Amino acid sequence: MTAPAVADLRLKSQRFRAEREADWRRLETLLRKAEGGSPAKLTEEELLAIPVLYRATLSALSVARATALDHRLIEYLESLSSRAYFFVYGARASLRERFALFFAETWPDAVKKLWRESLVSFAVLFGAAAAGYLLVARDSGWFDAFVGDGMAAGRDPTATTKFLHDTLYAGPDHRGGLAILASTIFTNNASVAIFAFALGFAFCLPTLFLLIQNGLALGAFFALYASRGLAFQLGGWLLIHGATELFAIVLGGAAGLKIGWSVIFPGEKTRLEAASAAGRSAAAVLAGVVVMLVFAGLLEGFARQLITNDLVRYAIAAATLTVWLGYFYLPRQPRRGP
Amino acid sequence: MTASGRPAARPRSPVREFVTPEGVDLRLRIGEAGERAAAFVLDIVFLVLTLVAFTIAVAIAGFGFLFSRRQELAEFTAVVWTLGSFLLTNAYFIVFELSARAATPGKRIMGLRVAARDGGRLTAEAVFARNAMREIEILLPLRFIVASAVAIVDPISGWLVLLGLGWSFAFALFPLFNADRLRIGDLVAGTWVVKAPRERLAADLLGAAEAGQDRFAFSVEQASAYGIKELYVLEDVLRQRDARSLTAVADRIRAKIGWTRGEGETDLAFLSAYYAALRGRLEARLLFGHRRRDKFDMG
Repeated sequence: MTAPAVADLRLKSQRFRAEREADWRRLETLLRKAEGGSPAKLTEEELLAIPVLYRATLSALSVARATALDHRLIEYLESLSSRAYFFVYGARASLRERFALFFAETWPDAVKKLWRESLVSFAVLFGAAAAGYLLVARDSGWFDAFVGDGMAAGRDPTATTKFLHDTLYAGPDHRGGLAILASTIFTNNASVAIFAFALGFAFCLPTLFLLIQNGLALGAFFALYASRGLAFQLGGWLLIHGATELFAIVLGGAAGLKIGWSVIFPGEKTRLEAASAAGRSAAAVLAGVVVMLVFAGLLEGFARQLITNDLVRYAIAAATLTVWLGYFYLPRQPRRGP
Repeated sequence: MTASGRPAARPRSPVREFVTPEGVDLRLRIGEAGERAAAFVLDIVFLVLTLVAFTIAVAIAGFGFLFSRRQELAEFTAVVWTLGSFLLTNAYFIVFELSARAATPGKRIMGLRVAARDGGRLTAEAVFARNAMREIEILLPLRFIVASAVAIVDPISGWLVLLGLGWSFAFALFPLFNADRLRIGDLVAGTWVVKAPRERLAADLLGAAEAGQDRFAFSVEQASAYGIKELYVLEDVLRQRDARSLTAVADRIRAKIGWTRGEGETDLAFLSAYYAALRGRLEARLLFGHRRRDKFDMG
């Protein structure tokens, strides 16, 4: 197949195409390479060529739309320009850079901006816990209403004090089971956190419901153990991982509330813009929550079972809480650069 | 001639304005509901197959360790399965959508990709948000369906479940109720799913018409009989090369422009030549600012 010499072509659109076709094909080849696997396979020269070829193709598209009547050509240029656009303006950061940026900036910033929702979420969770505590302390009949049978696992008002005491300190029969426990706890909690976040879209209500439900169960357990003089011990048992896990739940709830709130009260933006702005920052918080739950699962699965001294448990709880609070809320030097 | 003029913006059109920083509108097409659903079903099939293969592999390894009495390794495989299946189900969509093509295998097959609605970068947060929302779009209805199977004997909770089912289906079917086919996840993440066709550059029909051009000398009036719309139809006919439609179209055009069929003149040759003439004429007028939409458009 020999292309006719440019001078022989009769129409301007034909000449236009003949002059530029090689560039388009080159761009197509480079894009196929870039999309196919890792952009790392491209040489530096090729990487630099793509934006240049992209702009040339884009201007060819404008010209073709205005002057050429070959609509297959225009479709081709549209598709090629779009592919190149997404590559040129797409994220080119490597996975490692993305992770570094996420932990250094995106996540703590997003959490810090969510402080109002976090306070509300905190207040709801612990308000519900207080209510659960007071109700069960006055009438232990409430216990069954707040704590499901599966969750209680025998730890109910009819249980003996010794049984309750043992649940706080007895580890599994053999230490090997701890990893399974930790991984199950993590996957379970992470699923609940993602679910609570997603439910926030339905005008906050399901998220609030989930927070209240968890708070009530928490308070009910405290009332039960306090009635046997085991409140301090339960605190250590709960907080060693709870400082991380409850913090994660509060943040997950806050992320859900943020989305729901922005849908109800979008402010000056349109509802769609408000939802997507809130959704993105809330999603960053949620991704971090999953990371926190990994730690919580490890603490719950390993540390809690291996450490049975109350004071050490409290010390670990205090240390983790300090680390999280400092990481999220301590002012830090603004990054230089753009 | 307003009757023949098309309205400037048709509400049902799948084409969306998408202006690049260079100021060129890429005219992206949004993915149709059917394509989206097909892509999702494909992804679920891939996901389930991978999960089954992974489970079988882990189970074989786990039982192997059990029989060789290596308790710790057997427990380790259980941990691998718990974390691996969690990672697989949650990361499948996210990892693929963060890749250069911004599409899961299902979307790739259907020729779709995810893009930020504002034309900016597709951020990791956005991808995470749009996929976290699957919880209420897919899992919530599923839970209610399971619950309804359980609660079918109890009328009161049955009604509650029905209510919940309706409520959750409002989320699942959300894309059908907006023009951009946004699902809840797209809405929250500020994304949409657009077509990403990989067009091949088709040969220019004028090249084929060059040979034997001289036999056809159309007058200016003859070459001005049609507009751009008809030119595109003619282009499609020429590319498909279906003998019956070639004949039918050739006869229509000959009748319209008063062309007498020459000795040994094939329909294909005639149409190719007429295509070249018509396109030459229309492009020449285009250069002078006249875009003739169709044959009724007399400028």
